[in-house]
Amino acid sequence: MKTPQAEELAVHAILNPNSRRKVMNKNRDHGKIDGKKLWGNNTALLNTSHGLVTRISMAFLNRRLGLLLTQVNRAVEQRHFSITGACSAIQKLTRVRVVDNSALGNTPYHRPPKCIHVYNKTGVGKVGDKILLAIKGEKKKALIVGHRMPGPCMTPRFDSNNVVLIEDNGNPTGTRIKTPIPLILRKHEGRFSKVLAIAQHLV
Amino acid sequence: MVLWFWSRTERCFSSSGLLRANSGEPTKFQPPPKPVIVDKHKEVVERRFLSPEFIPPRDRTDPLKFYIERTDMIRRRKVLDVPEFYVGSILSVTTADPYASDKTSRFVGICIQRGGKGLGATFVLRNIIEGQGVEFCYELYNPRIQEIKVLKLEKRLDDNLMYLRDALPVYSTFDVNMKPVPHSANDEIPVNQLKVKMKPKPWTKRWERPKFNIQGISFELSEEMMKEAQKWSQPWIQFDMLREYDTSKLEKEIWKEVNEELKK
Repeated sequence: MKTPQAEELAVHAILNPNSRRKVMNKNRDHGKIDGKKLWGNNTALLNTSHGLVTRISMAFLNRRLGLLLTQVNRAVEQRHFSITGACSAIQKLTRVRVVDNSALGNTPYHRPPKCIHVYNKTGVGKVGDKILLAIKGEKKKALIVGHRMPGPCMTPRFDSNNVVLIEDNGNPTGTRIKTPIPLILRKHEGRFSKVLAIAQHLV
Repeated sequence: MVLWFWSRTERCFSSSGLLRANSGEPTKFQPPPKPVIVDKHKEVVERRFLSPEFIPPRDRTDPLKFYIERTDMIRRRKVLDVPEFYVGSILSVTTADPYASDKTSRFVGICIQRGGKGLGATFVLRNIIEGQGVEFCYELYNPRIQEIKVLKLEKRLDDNLMYLRDALPVYSTFDVNMKPVPHSANDEIPVNQLKVKMKPKPWTKRWERPKFNIQGISFELSEEMMKEAQKWSQPWIQFDMLREYDTSKLEKEIWKEVNEELKK
């Protein structure tokens, strides 16, 4: 356990007790050498090293940990986690922006309006889907009129997740929508005719 | 002598005055059109511009596939005039939309990205309408596109202006009814040296990092933050020979081919 790599593996194993697989696969060549898979040989080796780790006294580690942590910290800093951007358009707990001129949507409140349910087979709402919002402590239905996620080509992508408040029968609560609305909503003219009627700008 | 005097007075009459005499209504003063000055002493250098989607990627696919695609692209270009434009130019695109009133929809915006190769080439236009940022990803060879017009032809300091999403909205607003800025065919394309100011952090991407290599932002961050960003620099990449892809010869051949086909 004197090589720095082995020490790093040991500390990694202790800090992440459930990442046994990560410890085993870290820095390993996943190919074949001499026609034989490396797995069998390596797992044996690693099992012993892992066993050593569990049997090593905490005292030894406490002495070394101080020195190692600085090295580990540096290693952890350089290890960047790539987080993908918005993968799904509007789902539960997304904060939305109400774009019509209804009183409920425009009065300030200490919490932003959030989606609590999407009326869809998948829990992901796209343009034209109905969702349930929690606004000012009340539940209200709304219609999605634009999201930040890029959709199919030739459709607009907005810089904010836009939503129009709606009643249960589909009538909009507000009387005017100033922000641009995508033209795709015209496809289901029957359902969204009243919303399209109050929209001033169609993109 | 009387005739000479009469002709003199005729010349004194302005054209607007004559109109007033004819129609009986006051007409607005129309200034004469500006004369187009063609400098014949300047050397006429034809600018060779090959649209980037013609250059095939460095793959192991058969060049025949790219040749067939190019013939299709040229066929479409004979029908629709796709002008020369770069990332940073302001375009207006009219598309056929079945859901629009009078079946056409027009969008004006700045081109922030040109991607894709071959027939799937796309460009993204961005504009801010009524305070809402809107982006449209158009396919160059989509048959629904009826007209692509360049309102202002210019380049920017970067090839990718995705950072405009995190910049102040002033830099992405363009008048929908703006008049096209005239540009002669032989002038060099102006490079807009604009350095954009950003909204406060957090941004959608960490634009200060050397991976993006952005020249067009005026970072007002502390020196500490800039130093921190340089930790992620990979200075060895510029020496990596496997990443080199020299397209100069390929470009010349393809340009020749495309030009000959288009002239037919």
